[in-house]
Amino acid sequence: MSSAVIVFPGSNCDRDLATAIKLVTGKAPAMVWHRDPDLPEGTDFIAVPGGFSYGDYLRSGAMAARSPIMRAVADAAGKGTPVLGICNGFQVLTEAGLLPGALMRNAGLHFVCRTVGLKVDNSQSIFTSAYQSAEDMAVPVAHHDGNFQADAETLDRLEGDGRVAFRYTEAVNGSARNIAGILNAQGNVLGMMPHPERVVEDAHGGTDGRRLFEGLLEAVA
Amino acid sequence: MKARVFVTLKPGVLDPQGKAIHHALEGLGFEGVNDVRAGKLIELELADGTSDDAIADMCRKLLANTVIENFKIERAA
Repeated sequence: MSSAVIVFPGSNCDRDLATAIKLVTGKAPAMVWHRDPDLPEGTDFIAVPGGFSYGDYLRSGAMAARSPIMRAVADAAGKGTPVLGICNGFQVLTEAGLLPGALMRNAGLHFVCRTVGLKVDNSQSIFTSAYQSAEDMAVPVAHHDGNFQADAETLDRLEGDGRVAFRYTEAVNGSARNIAGILNAQGNVLGMMPHPERVVEDAHGGTDGRRLFEGLLEAVA
Repeated sequence: MKARVFVTLKPGVLDPQGKAIHHALEGLGFEGVNDVRAGKLIELELADGTSDDAIADMCRKLLANTVIENFKIERAA
């Protein structure tokens, strides 16, 4: 599987993500700078990492969503290439219009940096097929703007269509209906605030994130 | 010419920042503040003749996130 990790000025989880992808797929991803207009030929999987692209100027993810590479990411997503946005990557994907809703300031106003409980809501997607439905996971979060909000109609549609991939099992940031990660209508774009790439080997203190990459590898290969 | 763009949260969208400011005002002893909503002011220095439509387009494409925010354009002399 040929992967690409998009790198913006201010990304800071790009190398963690690349390490996790290489660990699971056996192949190091291409690191693609935000100014590049194209993805490498034959890219099977695109990952948009966490961090603070453009210093969160204007809104988290707003500037990055308008950078040249994002047109290529949107094209690839439209053709069915899997796209995973983690943390700031999730914010970028909503700002780019690839996922609905918006990520607002945490309800408690604090930056939340700890391991939280998650539940797999939909285990049928290409990202979650290696998990059991309703399985509990422990995955770290580290964000200030993770409060997922959308209008009631959008939330109903997300839930009705099985597009909620993960939910928090505890109060974390005020997200509507405890949503931690969502899929697009086609099911090939996932955005999530928790960091699966930070729990992929025993030395991390947990491996609950590893099967996301393993399931994806199986789905793509 | 100059234009000022006011970006505000849509009614009904929770505003944790406004709530914190509200609490701080109460903490300072100001009474009678019923609600606080925080927004942004963006000042644009534009070429003469820039149309309202062009400015609105800038708002929709970048300055505001219309999922959660409204915008209002005010032209200055």
